Amino acid sequence: MYILSMISLGFIPILIGFILIYGTYKQVPTYESFVEGGKEGIKIAITIIPFLVGMLVAISIFRASGALEALMRLIRPGMNYLGIPAEIVPLAIIRPISGTAALGMTSDLIAVHGPDSYIGRLSSVLQGSTDTTFYVLTVYFGAVGIKKMGDALKVGLLADLVGIIAAVVVVTIFFGAK
Amino acid sequence: MINGKMEEINKAIFTGAQDAVTLCIGLISILVFWLGMMRIAQESGLLDMLSRLFRPVVKRLFPEVPQNHPALGYILSNIIANMFGLGNAATPLGIKAMEQLQELNQEKKKASRSMITFLAINTASITLIPTTVIAIRMTYHSASPTEIVVPTLIATIISAIGAIIIDRYFYYRRSRKG
Repeated sequence: MYILSMISLGFIPILIGFILIYGTYKQVPTYESFVEGGKEGIKIAITIIPFLVGMLVAISIFRASGALEALMRLIRPGMNYLGIPAEIVPLAIIRPISGTAALGMTSDLIAVHGPDSYIGRLSSVLQGSTDTTFYVLTVYFGAVGIKKMGDALKVGLLADLVGIIAAVVVVTIFFGAK
Repeated sequence: MINGKMEEINKAIFTGAQDAVTLCIGLISILVFWLGMMRIAQESGLLDMLSRLFRPVVKRLFPEVPQNHPALGYILSNIIANMFGLGNAATPLGIKAMEQLQELNQEKKKASRSMITFLAINTASITLIPTTVIAIRMTYHSASPTEIVVPTLIATIISAIGAIIIDRYFYYRRSRKG
């Protein structure tokens, strides 16, 4: 574990150093290339703004209007049937929708139930093993101007469901139920 | 919904919009820096080396991308950045990958098969070290903050495999419909 976190901490500085040294060795005009590549970054950030404003406004209305709670009430029986504990259901539903809300919920669950409880461990694994599907789709499709997402949302959400069930099963196997 | 919720909804609209813009502004620094670095990596041939190394695996996942296409290099660096929990490096790389895939895309407004596969893998987010979760667990005095690393990795691998299978299933369903 210690080695893994050392790799994680040292990874970025080493990577940057390596790219610069290798670039210089290959006689790439590093500074000019850096600036050229960086210019693109500004363009992309500006391009995504309308996509993200649309998505985040929709999501915050969805939450403020109580529609999210209604959806949770609707989905909860199905989630319980799949063996997902009641305490985790709101987190499981919010995880693909809002990254910050999910992070808030995870810390709340860990604070209330304790980090080494079943719920604490399960919320930790759940938070770590899934991503904010809606955000990823909005940013990536927005950046290239794609408006028809095809099956991407369905695939992403179903994969999230697989991830949630996998988290429950793996945590139960590793640490036992409750 | 009408009684009292309206005020909250009004607030939600504007905080949602504000959050989105703040998020995009925050992305500028990350996008500029990493796309600058990646330009150097690309011009020095590092990205090509990376894609040559993992070609056998990626070729199977993205059958529609030509063997020597730069998209593969970006897709791989995005997956690797995600693995190390470098979310801020992963996003610019993912966007570059999407741009490259968009060049191969026949219908520019519609998500291509490769794009859907790429996003499916992305939303499943394979993580080696879930740094944020470990930090939260430390804050709440876990006896072992990192004990969730291996379960998280297993859960995330299962959800990534799930994502790939679900993506394939939807692709074959689409192609049967014509």
